[in-house]
Amino acid sequence: MSSITLDRKPSSFALPKFRLRGGRWVSPLVLLLAWELGSRTGIVPERILAAPSAVAVTFWSMVVSGELPSNLAVSLARALAGLAFGLAIGAGLALAAGLSGAGETAIDPLMQLKRTIPVLALTPLFIVWFGIGETPKVTLIAVATVFPIYLNLFSGIRGVDARLIEAGRSFGLNQAELIRHVVLPGALPAFLVGLRYALGVSLLVLVVAEQINASAGIGHLINNARDFMRTDVIVVCLVVYASLGLAADQLVRTLEAQALAWRPTFIKS
Amino acid sequence: MASPLARPAQDWRLPAAGPAVRVRNFTRRFGDVTVLHDLEIEIGRGEFVALLGRSGSGKTTLLRTLAGIDPAPGHQVLAPAARAVVFQDARLLPWKKVWRNVALGLKGADIRARAEAALTEVGLDHRLDAWPATLSGGEAQRVSLARALVRDPGLLLLDEPFAALDALTRLKMHDLVLSLWTRHAPAVLLVTHDVDEAVALADRVLVLENGRIAAQERIDLPRPRANGAAFQDIRARLLAKLGVDAGAGRPAEGALLAFPSGEIVA
Repeated sequence: MSSITLDRKPSSFALPKFRLRGGRWVSPLVLLLAWELGSRTGIVPERILAAPSAVAVTFWSMVVSGELPSNLAVSLARALAGLAFGLAIGAGLALAAGLSGAGETAIDPLMQLKRTIPVLALTPLFIVWFGIGETPKVTLIAVATVFPIYLNLFSGIRGVDARLIEAGRSFGLNQAELIRHVVLPGALPAFLVGLRYALGVSLLVLVVAEQINASAGIGHLINNARDFMRTDVIVVCLVVYASLGLAADQLVRTLEAQALAWRPTFIKS
Repeated sequence: MASPLARPAQDWRLPAAGPAVRVRNFTRRFGDVTVLHDLEIEIGRGEFVALLGRSGSGKTTLLRTLAGIDPAPGHQVLAPAARAVVFQDARLLPWKKVWRNVALGLKGADIRARAEAALTEVGLDHRLDAWPATLSGGEAQRVSLARALVRDPGLLLLDEPFAALDALTRLKMHDLVLSLWTRHAPAVLLVTHDVDEAVALADRVLVLENGRIAAQERIDLPRPRANGAAFQDIRARLLAKLGVDAGAGRPAEGALLAFPSGEIVA
């Protein structure tokens, strides 16, 4: 796990520098221009895909009317509620399994079993159980985010350098102090990797969950737009989903820079 | 740092109120392999003892037992309650700043001041708030020494603490350890495979072989010890006991115990 984190770190930090260099923005811009040109000349009909300029206008009007912010707030609340449950349950289970052998014996097989079931396949069952309100949506997100949190935190706890634990013990730390000063900080990098995965998964599942008869939220906007063949609105919503993903990634990166300030990569930067 | 380290003429250490360490009839087995055979060791208060041996001789096992890292159920192992280990790899917690590493496990209100004092003693008062990842090998080992000293140990256990350092840094560390030992007077058990190091530092050198004390040598040379004739004599004697002909510098064909002790350096 830790080797993955180490490998990821430099590349993700080199990315912004890359963008500024060597005209990497040229090809997306050309694509955008070609798309606009295609729409204006009628090669790309509006009912297939709205022009970028039309999308921008729609975006602005949806912001001004409050339609986009209010629905975005609903979607965000769903994702965050699901993530909060998933985080709490996943972290709780990982702590129980990671810190005690009995806990591992009891919990880990169940979690591995659960992993074999694709979360989205549970959708019909959740609709039967919870109806079509908010509960199945939040539950789906929670169930989906439990595993990345659990797996990464569990392996992070188990991967803590045994020599450091030994040293801590030789300096008179008791079990609780060992967990607080050695085990948990040592598992934090892996946990943050799990959190990053979980954020991505929560958005992915959000998109699907919002297709379940939503009366508000980005998914609701998309469903309505589909019925009226408003491709401009659909594209606006897609852009919003993409921005959410970017924002989530940035959030975890900021968290990492704060929480892992002791790492050589962060010390130098 | 390179202060004259000759021992004071009078015995300034604690009077003979019992030794700091007493190990009797101590046998330790891992599976079928007997690592320590019926060992008897005493270390006086404030005495600096070096334990010399090849990889697999059981020296690390003995140190871990004295440190309380390995349990010794049903054995006579007496050691001070206050003891501290300096490991070969400094084992600093990378997520705690230097002074917090030193203060690890300390209780009380003035722990920062105590950590600061210990770090000043090892010459690192300017690195209090540094992250361990930014330290050099020698600095990390000095922090590790400060972390041991701040506990005011009656027994200081050094597990090949200088093995990973370059030769110059190692000499400086020798001076530092001697000056700290002179000032704080803990009993010291230095585990090492380096005969020169043992002769340069210790009051007494024990040679551990196949889990038994094969030889011991008392060294009365004044410190700092120059590499003179007397030094060479002792060195050659110890090497001979380790099965190395000092003249030819080739190892004799002594059987090594096949014991996975985690030793890296032969």
